[in-house]
Amino acid sequence: MSRAALLVLADGRFPAGGHAHSGGAEEAVRTGRITDAASLESFCRGRLHTAGLVAAALAAAAALGCDPAALDAAADARTPSPALRTAARRLGRQLMRAARATWPGLELDAVAREFPRGVHQPVVLGLAARAAGLGAADAAHCAVYESVGGPATATVRLLSLDPFDATAVLARLAPEMDRTADTAVSAAHRVRKGGPDELPAASAPLLEIGAEAHAARPVRLFAS
Amino acid sequence: MHLDHSLPLPAPAVGADAHRPGGARRALRVGLGGPVGSGKTATVAALCRVLRDELSLAVVTNDIYTREDAEFLLREAVLPPERITAVETGACPHTAIRDDISANLEAVEDLEDAVGPLDLVLVESGGDNLTATFSRGLVDAQIFVIDVAGGDDIPRKGGPGVTTADLLVVNKTDLAPYVGSDLARMAADAKAARAELPVVLQSLRSEEGVRDVADWIRARVAAWTA
Repeated sequence: MSRAALLVLADGRFPAGGHAHSGGAEEAVRTGRITDAASLESFCRGRLHTAGLVAAALAAAAALGCDPAALDAAADARTPSPALRTAARRLGRQLMRAARATWPGLELDAVAREFPRGVHQPVVLGLAARAAGLGAADAAHCAVYESVGGPATATVRLLSLDPFDATAVLARLAPEMDRTADTAVSAAHRVRKGGPDELPAASAPLLEIGAEAHAARPVRLFAS
Repeated sequence: MHLDHSLPLPAPAVGADAHRPGGARRALRVGLGGPVGSGKTATVAALCRVLRDELSLAVVTNDIYTREDAEFLLREAVLPPERITAVETGACPHTAIRDDISANLEAVEDLEDAVGPLDLVLVESGGDNLTATFSRGLVDAQIFVIDVAGGDDIPRKGGPGVTTADLLVVNKTDLAPYVGSDLARMAADAKAARAELPVVLQSLRSEEGVRDVADWIRARVAAWTA
């Protein structure tokens, strides 16, 4: 693997549309669940161990070469909110575009052709990691980092939170991110033998409910 | 899934390819940027009214935190609703038009798929600062719209929008006497900042309205399809 390629893929400036999404942070801010750095940390911890873990396992399994269509269906089954499913596919499509331009290859082309409306973003993340010559652990680390990095950046904009405090939250979560990524990679290896039912199905009902409320709001800064 | 490389359909385009996946030439894409309140949406609406009977066109808006601009265009009924798409920008229109254009590329391609073939797609940025320009990966040409009420020193201050846009529009010239703006000075400063690049001074309330900008776009479309 190339450590530098991992940095390219994990960079928040990687042009795949993430900047327009808050990972549920905007709705949590609006409903008073995120008010400061401490509550941001709680929110991020919850997201990491639920949506983050599932995303990381999907990404790791895709990076191992598991069937993207089966993983996409498994992601649907683990995402009750239609708004979140739509957002995940839209982001998947955007990431697919960026990945194909960055690491051109037949495998990405074939998935783009097969699914012109996009597959869930974590699945594409795993395929992108694969195209970049990265492994399952790299894909899982990208996914867990994204699962908390997005909300932290969004909260800086939404609450004018001190950016140093927000970054310190991410740093404090780093050991948990590593452990979550490890759990996800173990699950991904099981998926290779036992199929997508081996994927974790940790859910965060408030994130799903909040996503539906957010999608219905006429005024918002972030798409999700 | 099967990875069958012999499928007839090519994969979707990745960047600013001038052709659609089927091989046909895609629409010309023109970006409109500029500060808040300078009249970008009003200019887009006027362009739609003037051009919609001679060109097949669609609009993508990039609002900052609402769908206001798209809804204004819908309310004014300048185009059928299926020809107007709003892109959400996460508080940063300049990111969505320059640094990470993926959502806008999806939007313009979806419009071509849904209502195409199109001759022209207007991509409007949310109001932003003087450095906000469009990526060449997203648009083929860009218009920067400023207005006389925003201060007549803006052309002199320059910035990438004023100095590098393919067309600079100084809007709301009818307001100049009321806000103490010196139109001649604005025109001279703009010319000095832009060398050979064109400048249009317009008032959408005048009889000429958006005529000069529409003529500039017609010439661009003619060159694109030639």
